[in-house]
Amino acid sequence: MKALMFGWEFPPHILGGLGTASYGLTKGMHANGNMDITFVIPKPWGDEEKGFANIIGACNTPVAWRDVSWDYVQSRIGKFMDPQLYFDLRDHIYADFNYMKLNDLGCIEFSGRYPDNILEEINNYSIVAGVIARTVPCDVIHSHDWLTYPAGIHAKNVTGKPLVIHVHATDFDRSRGNVNPTVFAIEKDGMNNADHIITVSDLTRRTVIEKYGISPDKVTTVHNAVIPLSDDLLNLPRRDKKEKVVTFLGRITMQKGPEYFVEAAAKVLNKSKNVRFVMAGSGDMMEAMIKLAAKRGIADRFHFTGFLKGKEVYEMLADSDVYIMPSVSEPFGISPLEAMEMGVPSIISKQSGCAEILHNVIKTDYWDIDAMADAIHAITSYPALYHQLRNDGIEEIKGITWEKAGRKVIDIYEKVIGNM
Amino acid sequence: MKNVCFYFKIHQPFRLKRYRFFAIGNSNYYFDDFANDDIITRLVEQSYSPMVDTLLDIIKENGKGFKCAISITGTAIEQIELYAPEFNEKLRKLADTGCVEFLSETYSHSLASLEDPEEFMRDVKMHDTLIKRLYGQTPKVFTNTELIYDDDIALLISSMGFKTALTEGAKHILGWKSPNYVYKAASAPGLKLLLTNDKLSEDISRRFARTDWDEYPLTADKYVDWIASLPEEEQVVNLYFSMDTFGSFLPKDTGIFDFMRALPRFAKERGVVFTTPSEAVAKLKPVGELAIPYPISGTDEARDVSAWKGNDLQREALNKLYSVSERVSLCSDRRLKQDWEYLQSSDHFYYMSTKNLADGAAHSSFSPYDSPFSAFTNYMNVLADFLVRVQEQFPEAIENEELNSLLLTIRNQAAEIDELNKEVKTLRNNILNADDSNNLPEVKEPEDGKPASRPARQRKTAAAKKK
Repeated sequence: MKALMFGWEFPPHILGGLGTASYGLTKGMHANGNMDITFVIPKPWGDEEKGFANIIGACNTPVAWRDVSWDYVQSRIGKFMDPQLYFDLRDHIYADFNYMKLNDLGCIEFSGRYPDNILEEINNYSIVAGVIARTVPCDVIHSHDWLTYPAGIHAKNVTGKPLVIHVHATDFDRSRGNVNPTVFAIEKDGMNNADHIITVSDLTRRTVIEKYGISPDKVTTVHNAVIPLSDDLLNLPRRDKKEKVVTFLGRITMQKGPEYFVEAAAKVLNKSKNVRFVMAGSGDMMEAMIKLAAKRGIADRFHFTGFLKGKEVYEMLADSDVYIMPSVSEPFGISPLEAMEMGVPSIISKQSGCAEILHNVIKTDYWDIDAMADAIHAITSYPALYHQLRNDGIEEIKGITWEKAGRKVIDIYEKVIGNM
Repeated sequence: MKNVCFYFKIHQPFRLKRYRFFAIGNSNYYFDDFANDDIITRLVEQSYSPMVDTLLDIIKENGKGFKCAISITGTAIEQIELYAPEFNEKLRKLADTGCVEFLSETYSHSLASLEDPEEFMRDVKMHDTLIKRLYGQTPKVFTNTELIYDDDIALLISSMGFKTALTEGAKHILGWKSPNYVYKAASAPGLKLLLTNDKLSEDISRRFARTDWDEYPLTADKYVDWIASLPEEEQVVNLYFSMDTFGSFLPKDTGIFDFMRALPRFAKERGVVFTTPSEAVAKLKPVGELAIPYPISGTDEARDVSAWKGNDLQREALNKLYSVSERVSLCSDRRLKQDWEYLQSSDHFYYMSTKNLADGAAHSSFSPYDSPFSAFTNYMNVLADFLVRVQEQFPEAIENEELNSLLLTIRNQAAEIDELNKEVKTLRNNILNADDSNNLPEVKEPEDGKPASRPARQRKTAAAKKK
């Protein structure tokens, strides 16, 4: 089966969970065999893992004819893709886009991030999708998150193949309810045009049904999974220390509920002194959180690391005794799964999608700082609880694989293809 | 002739309230009065009361033709007295009929039999004293918490003077043996064992209202017929139920009470006799020995003690609790002792189980907590406060044995003072008598507190020895 996927991020250059999930799912689907996946991203860096999917960069796809030689293409973008593909794509340009700002290869530039002109970039991505859909044969189209819905719809219109959209988050999650009407419109349009909608949790599924008015039989939950970490990450050394470390890891934004973590920390520190709290990450609420920690008088035991990347994340986890994710609204949340895999007992909010599938974690309401403080205190004070959560958590994560999630997605493909 | 013995079990724990860690050392009230009140009141209304009424009716109709046994824990009795005292009257009435035998067990429905033999014996005695006081019977037949039993426990209860015990007769424990005989304990041959018949018990408790069961509907006629048609040599059938099976798990409209009412009539027709456990063992001889090296119970698929000691959380909580057992027994603070009772209830540990599937579902359906982890956290917070209070009673630095001797000295003080006082008195009298003749100066009478200074000094030296 041939699938044409549209995504926005792909490891190792990721900004959030979307890239990790897209990568894991694609790899898991490939592991089920007989899948030929083309994965389109705005801007590849050349160091993406290859083998399980054919990666095409939107920024390397011509939308206007340029008379260039093979050697020139090879030297310009050879490290991202086969020059032959460039020429194949060039043969399928469907309109004159010379009025746009194009480079020497007739391609549109993409930042591959979330720039201020994101809406323009989404539109450009959709233009490019038209060329790709005309070139690359496929049986099904799969769009990851709202940024790529227009591209998916475009590809569907061009090819007549079924469109599956994958809701990794909705604007209701990102904005605590104050949705951006433009974003909402794009999301709603994607859902209306989709033949099937995959959500990452039942929580998100309910949002899609209730807030976007989508028929429930069109929406299926496929919970995310986690990619097994390599041994050198799992065996990262633990610093010897007498104090316990409680870690928050993620963007410091409204959606992640950082203020509840600070308040819970204040409650714990009121009682026991041998605990330290770490807020790792960056975001628009970071300054406010630094101020809040100071106001509560716990700044000496509450630390901010700034943004952690790559291996630093795992080094931080290896040094942690508790991982906490007090998200106000989390469509899924892969990071607790990673923490558990590293053997770190986790506390997650009941408002996160991963709470639906995890058993060996402590679940609290995001606003219930008493419960959260109590859970932190319990894990740091009662060794039996720490070990129980740690050992059973490691075991539990072994059973949550992308291969199983990939199988479910393939089943959905088969269903929508059969319905056509 | 077949003997049938019905056992009805009543137990309720004192459920803990939500106790956060910042309360440790600040608040020492641990119990969720609202939930406890709510649950016991509801159960009395739905189940206990109508069931006891049914039993009273049956006894009224059949006289000595119907007998059964009741096992009720101390914590349940306390809750009944607190929240539904009228039900206690009914139990008394039941006791007065002379057709009901009350069984011995632990006061708090504890796991002390597995953890702490001394505490276990104390707890059982406390329970039996209460039963004697309320219902006028000294229990003769022992049934442990959730039928927990092994060879060591057999020795223990045999040493306490019990001649009969009831335990679990599940098929995978007995193997080819039938539960419908009297056995004796391999480790304590003086102890006769009665075994529950799981199949026939569960036909009522689990399957009575199941329309997908091929024997549905179960009638009294059919049920008695099953019992009557057991092999000739099998003589006693022990049917063990939690009393809330009747009226709560099997609501009134399933016809369960009518079913019970109809049983004696059909039993009479088929020559099936109701009996109390004491009568059963008096009539029947043990057919063989039963060796149970590892503890069994009537709970969960495995019928072992993994429901309460299956994971690290449970084991840790139990260890911490019983680590102060001796200390608590030494102190005399009544509230502390009461909390000690309530904290021992096996239910607290049952809620901490991390089992999955059917067993897990059973655990969580009874649990007031949303997860085993919050059950553990809450219990440990309460226990932490409790341990602080125990420590406040006696400094940790003093060893138990030393403490024991010190306490002995303190307790003997009163006797010693009395004796000394007497001595002083006689001496003074002697002096007074002598005074009359000799006119010697009067000896000042010692004040009450003064002699106490002597043992107090002793205490100091004992403490000094420790250093």
